[in-house]
Amino acid sequence: MKLGRRNDLDTISFHAVMVALAAICVVILISPTLIVIIVSFTNGFSLKFPPPGYSLRWYAALVDAWQLHFAALNSLKIALWTTALSILLGVAAALGIARSKTLTAKVLDSLFMSPLVLPALAFGLSALMLFTLVGLPVSPMTLVIGHTIVCVPYVIRTTVAALAQLDPVLLESSASLGASRLYSFRRITLPLIRPGILAGGFIAFMSSFDNVPVSLFLRDARTDMLPIRMWQDLEGKLDVTIAAVSGVLIVATIALMIVMERVAGLSRRLR
Amino acid sequence: MSGIGIPRRGASRDGAGEGHYRRPGSQRVPLTLFPLCGKREFTAPLGKVMASTAASPPVATVTAYELKLAWPLGAFFLLFFLAPLLLLLFISFYADTAMTHFGLTQYAKFLLDPFSLKVLGATLWLGVEVTALCLLLGFPLAYIYCRVSGWAQGVLILIVLLPLLTSVVVRTFAWIVILGRQGIINTLLLDLGLIDSPLRLLYTEGGMVVALAQVQMPLMVLPLITALTRIDPNLADASSALGAGYWRTFFKVTLPLTLPGIIAGCLLTYAAALSAFITQTLVGGGQMLFMPMYLYQQASTLNNWPFAAAISFIFLIAVLAVITIFNMLGKISQGYANA
Repeated sequence: MKLGRRNDLDTISFHAVMVALAAICVVILISPTLIVIIVSFTNGFSLKFPPPGYSLRWYAALVDAWQLHFAALNSLKIALWTTALSILLGVAAALGIARSKTLTAKVLDSLFMSPLVLPALAFGLSALMLFTLVGLPVSPMTLVIGHTIVCVPYVIRTTVAALAQLDPVLLESSASLGASRLYSFRRITLPLIRPGILAGGFIAFMSSFDNVPVSLFLRDARTDMLPIRMWQDLEGKLDVTIAAVSGVLIVATIALMIVMERVAGLSRRLR
Repeated sequence: MSGIGIPRRGASRDGAGEGHYRRPGSQRVPLTLFPLCGKREFTAPLGKVMASTAASPPVATVTAYELKLAWPLGAFFLLFFLAPLLLLLFISFYADTAMTHFGLTQYAKFLLDPFSLKVLGATLWLGVEVTALCLLLGFPLAYIYCRVSGWAQGVLILIVLLPLLTSVVVRTFAWIVILGRQGIINTLLLDLGLIDSPLRLLYTEGGMVVALAQVQMPLMVLPLITALTRIDPNLADASSALGAGYWRTFFKVTLPLTLPGIIAGCLLTYAAALSAFITQTLVGGGQMLFMPMYLYQQASTLNNWPFAAAISFIFLIAVLAVITIFNMLGKISQGYANA
């Protein structure tokens, strides 16, 4: 942008303030990640920063931490099922509401998006009450149901956005050339909205894997979840093992993010 | 903006015919921001011609999928989202913990108890503090993002997205390390000789607001980036040509035009800060009590379901009220920004 240089003080002060605030923002955004990674390599027993020395001992300690393995495996299973169910239900719903202008579609849209802003803890409690009332004990299934409610909005959001970018002319042409609706969907709609579905599914997976408020109520000892295990460990004592777990999670997140950026253009779909 | 105010790209359906493509965003968006637009607008009339000559099937049934595809999820939400919330409301009207008879006892207990009201007030205020900090720091970041070159944009967006996708427990844990007695801030201040003994930063409100701001920052920055990229750069140039400096242009042109994005970002940040259970309990510690932990204590530790249900409902109503206000502001601002 080319703005005039009439008033130098004005120009300099504006840019100084903007750059300074943005710099603080960047530091606040990245320093926690960097510091956790550095602390996870400490050779001491405390979370002192900077660490007294460096070693891989806390990563080695992870190998024997069967409780964390168990919780991580549970979280992974629940997140995979949640993602599958969210994509199945969410993509169908997105197709239904994306181009419809009826009141029903608008109401459904608001309903499907509401878990994003309503306190998830209140929903978790209410879901526990319902399952208790109908005599359904908490199980992996109830967890998947609860997680799907709070994760499906992401899939709907990205899929609807992808559908809005889809040129209807392509479908009209396909139909005029004699393709059935199912064939058009398989060969035209689906390939074009696939990146949107993938991005939404990825966010749904991450938020299910990370979910605490719903899991808090819908889980029992048999379905211990990783974020809750970590939260409880941190409330009791400040354990350095958690730093190593965090290190593993951060590296896995960055790796998945880069893959999804390549496959689905993640950053464009989150805006 | 549709629905309850979740920003969504290309979702403005107003004025778009059922089978006609309409470029997302407002009329003023320059074509260069959507490289494919030109092609689409060129092919659209052709498509209409083809569709009309082909005559069957009608355009609308080809491009619009039927609403009934949304019913499975609708039923799922009815069964596992609306039914539980209704049950929650129902249980909140039980007068006693054993759930034998009805009354408004739980609501009276909350609304007449200074302690409970203080928890509610502290929670709502916490959201205001976090949202204000996110806006103050997030807006310049979004502004800079829109004015740097391609690779720098890529780096910045990854910096914004990484916290969004990293586990909340991990992010909160990082703040424990930073703010702790042996954390980086205290080490730094001690080494510089600015303080004699470590400051207490963890378990303070200030520490928690900063930690929550980092955790929720992406929710603020992403809608702001979307809103800022939609502004026609010619407007700022025009403002400059007419003699306004940077500050004046910013406050008179850029800021008002970004209002819809600001409101969307504030809504998401505020709602998320209120229910950020993990960060509130771990960085805030036991001394500060907010609605989520209050609710959890009553439900899990004390097994007082009716009171927990009443707390949940009051919390839900408070959040809904805030959302409604934001949505009203959003509608007004959108009219303003598109005017």
